[in-house]
Amino acid sequence: MTNRLSPQRGRRVLITALACVLPLAFARPAHPQDRSIVMASTTSTEQSGLFPHLLPVFTKATGIQVKVIAVGTGQALDIGRRGDADVLFVHDRAAEEKFVAEGWGLPRRDVMFNDFVLVGPKDDPAGVRGKDIVAALTKLGASPRATFVSRGDKSGTHAAERRYWNAAGIDAPKTKMAHYEECGCGMGPALNIASAKNAYVLADRGTWLDFQNRGDLAILVEGDTRLFNQYGVIVVNPAKHPHVKRELAQAFADWIVSPAGQQTIASYKVGGQQLFFPDAKQ
Amino acid sequence: MSAVGEAATLALDMIVHADAALVRTVALSFAVSGTACLCAAWLGLAGGAWLAAARFRGQRAVLLVLDTLLALPSVVVGLAVYLLLSRSGPLGDWGILFTPTAMVIAQTILVLPVIAALARQLVADALREGGEQLRSLGAGAFARAALMLLHERWAVVTLLLIAFGRAIAEVGAVMIVGGNIDGFTRVMTTTIALETSKGDLPLALALGFVLLAVVALLNVLVALVPRGHAIAVTEWR
Amino acid sequence: MALNGKRLRAVPGGDVRAAPHSAVSNNRSAASAAAGRTPLVQLRGTGVSYGAVRALAAIDFDVVRGEVIVLVGANGSGKTTLLRVLNGVIAHEGTRRLGASALRQAMVFQRPFLLRLSVWNNLRIALWLAERSTPAAQRHARAGEALARVGLAALAARPARALSGGEQQRLALARAWATRPELLLLDEPTASLDPEAKAAVEKLLAGFAADGTTIVFSTHDLGQARRLATRIVHLDAGRIDLDAPATEFFETAARRRDGFFPDDALP
Repeated sequence: MTNRLSPQRGRRVLITALACVLPLAFARPAHPQDRSIVMASTTSTEQSGLFPHLLPVFTKATGIQVKVIAVGTGQALDIGRRGDADVLFVHDRAAEEKFVAEGWGLPRRDVMFNDFVLVGPKDDPAGVRGKDIVAALTKLGASPRATFVSRGDKSGTHAAERRYWNAAGIDAPKTKMAHYEECGCGMGPALNIASAKNAYVLADRGTWLDFQNRGDLAILVEGDTRLFNQYGVIVVNPAKHPHVKRELAQAFADWIVSPAGQQTIASYKVGGQQLFFPDAKQ
Repeated sequence: MSAVGEAATLALDMIVHADAALVRTVALSFAVSGTACLCAAWLGLAGGAWLAAARFRGQRAVLLVLDTLLALPSVVVGLAVYLLLSRSGPLGDWGILFTPTAMVIAQTILVLPVIAALARQLVADALREGGEQLRSLGAGAFARAALMLLHERWAVVTLLLIAFGRAIAEVGAVMIVGGNIDGFTRVMTTTIALETSKGDLPLALALGFVLLAVVALLNVLVALVPRGHAIAVTEWR
Repeated sequence: MALNGKRLRAVPGGDVRAAPHSAVSNNRSAASAAAGRTPLVQLRGTGVSYGAVRALAAIDFDVVRGEVIVLVGANGSGKTTLLRVLNGVIAHEGTRRLGASALRQAMVFQRPFLLRLSVWNNLRIALWLAERSTPAAQRHARAGEALARVGLAALAARPARALSGGEQQRLALARAWATRPELLLLDEPTASLDPEAKAAVEKLLAGFAADGTTIVFSTHDLGQARRLATRIVHLDAGRIDLDAPATEFFETAARRRDGFFPDDALP
């Protein structure tokens, strides 16, 4: 509308236009020249609190900023396939190798592992306490007083859980357990539900150590080597996505498997306990 | 109720100490949602007002579409914008996925129908009172639309505050297109979602209180601006 | 100047109907012939229906330059409808012809709609709407004149809605007159006003008429009609019942025994 009603109106238009543009000063959209990379990782890794400990060391050493998108493993790999990230840092070896085999990523490198723990009510109605995860799940499947909470979200943790049930030869939804519930949610919410229902749940140690709302839950099974959760780093393949910041992403991958990076990982502790165990092959 | 009490105390503590990270997060929330509202305001106010003043074939259909878009879930908008801005998508070359700009775009799309529908209602009501006289003064559809927006400017302010509320309170769109990157695209609502998923409920609730407190402050400031005339009350049909 | 049965140019609003040949037409055609001028607005066979309701029968009506025509009649008799037809804002049957190719007209309503702006801005916007091509400085000057003419210059900065009823109506008159209309239409302009405000408005109208503006307005106040009109038209249920020069109207009305004015209403 061609509107020359009054100078007041013109002033109003100008102020509104400025107000529209000014907040963008806070926005700081990514500049192609800035030294930063986008890393797709998982919610459990972020929730463990590793990144605020690890990444500043890397940035100080290289001047490269790492922007972390923390989603489920499946979504992280999808982000990699779409080329929306420069590097991936996830923990589902089978899926990672498939990702590389399909050409979406450069060869993966082992970085570290953490472990899963089976958490459940202190009084352990199903009697699973011990060091053997498969034996524990077998007992769970036969216990009519047990409730189990599954993340059900195709995350690395969920994939691991399914592997253990398979190893025990159990079809989890069809057991004598009182309830097998899939929440389709992250580790934190799953723990919240387990706490509320006094149920059993498979969790990564990091999220468990950080978790405040424990109720009557405690670790019942740990130390089984099958519970170890291997992390890998993958640079997204620039052949498929030319815009990927190859050098910067490679710098991250190289650093995290280097002695400096591995040392930084090992030094991260929650409640005095080390969460991640570096195992990069040199 | 101790979780709520704990949260309230924590919220007060956070506000008083004004931790730098918290301030930055709140500022980003306001910047993203405020920018989105202002950008959507142009098109929404003009479009909604014109829809009220004009007469054309298929007008009913347009109104139906507009009202349906009011129920657009934020996560759906987020997903759509994500697919657009992804490197594998049509606008991938812009390279703005996982930036505040993408968040502004998503929220603009989200509040545009809200602003347009409310503006349409507002101007239609005003035209019922004075449309004939404006027409007899020589005002065409655009002029009538513009004059009624000017006439009802305080109701327009309320309308924009409603849209702002919708934007600043949503989490689905900004989570997907922003990626909730710490220190870069993390806003209040995504922080609350994160703390909830970590199980730190008192902190999440406290952040919710902080967000509400800051929005309340905004509303107080707006209410303090002197208005000489009676404010029109907009009612839903 | 009988035009009955003649098919004229169609206008939006429906079929063209033949104009009835009646005594009313004869009265007026005599007046027009005597004046020797083309009417400003010419209605032929113009009728209006709002859905099932017949608001105005198919009438013939001329507005001649310089007249002050007052429409009287009960509520719902068609006065407002006739004014709107003259203004050209509603769909109607029959034809509406303008004497010249363009006619500057303005309409004032019983309760003027004023924007939530100052008196001055309401006036300026009205001028801008009416004459976008006129340079701003000229419109500015005309607005000032109009405001002074109606005696509201001192209130220019006030919010228009804060004015009294009489002042608001004077603002509406300023708004209308600022565009220097040739034809000014008013729908019961003083119905909501106290006697003092009413007198002020009547004085302004008389002034406009003296300047040569043609005026058509409706009223319930027969005294007002007598004071201002050159011609008075009585409407009843959408039809023109009596259309006579002001000097003759009241005598004719008194003589007619069908009682359309109670005796004590005649001034």
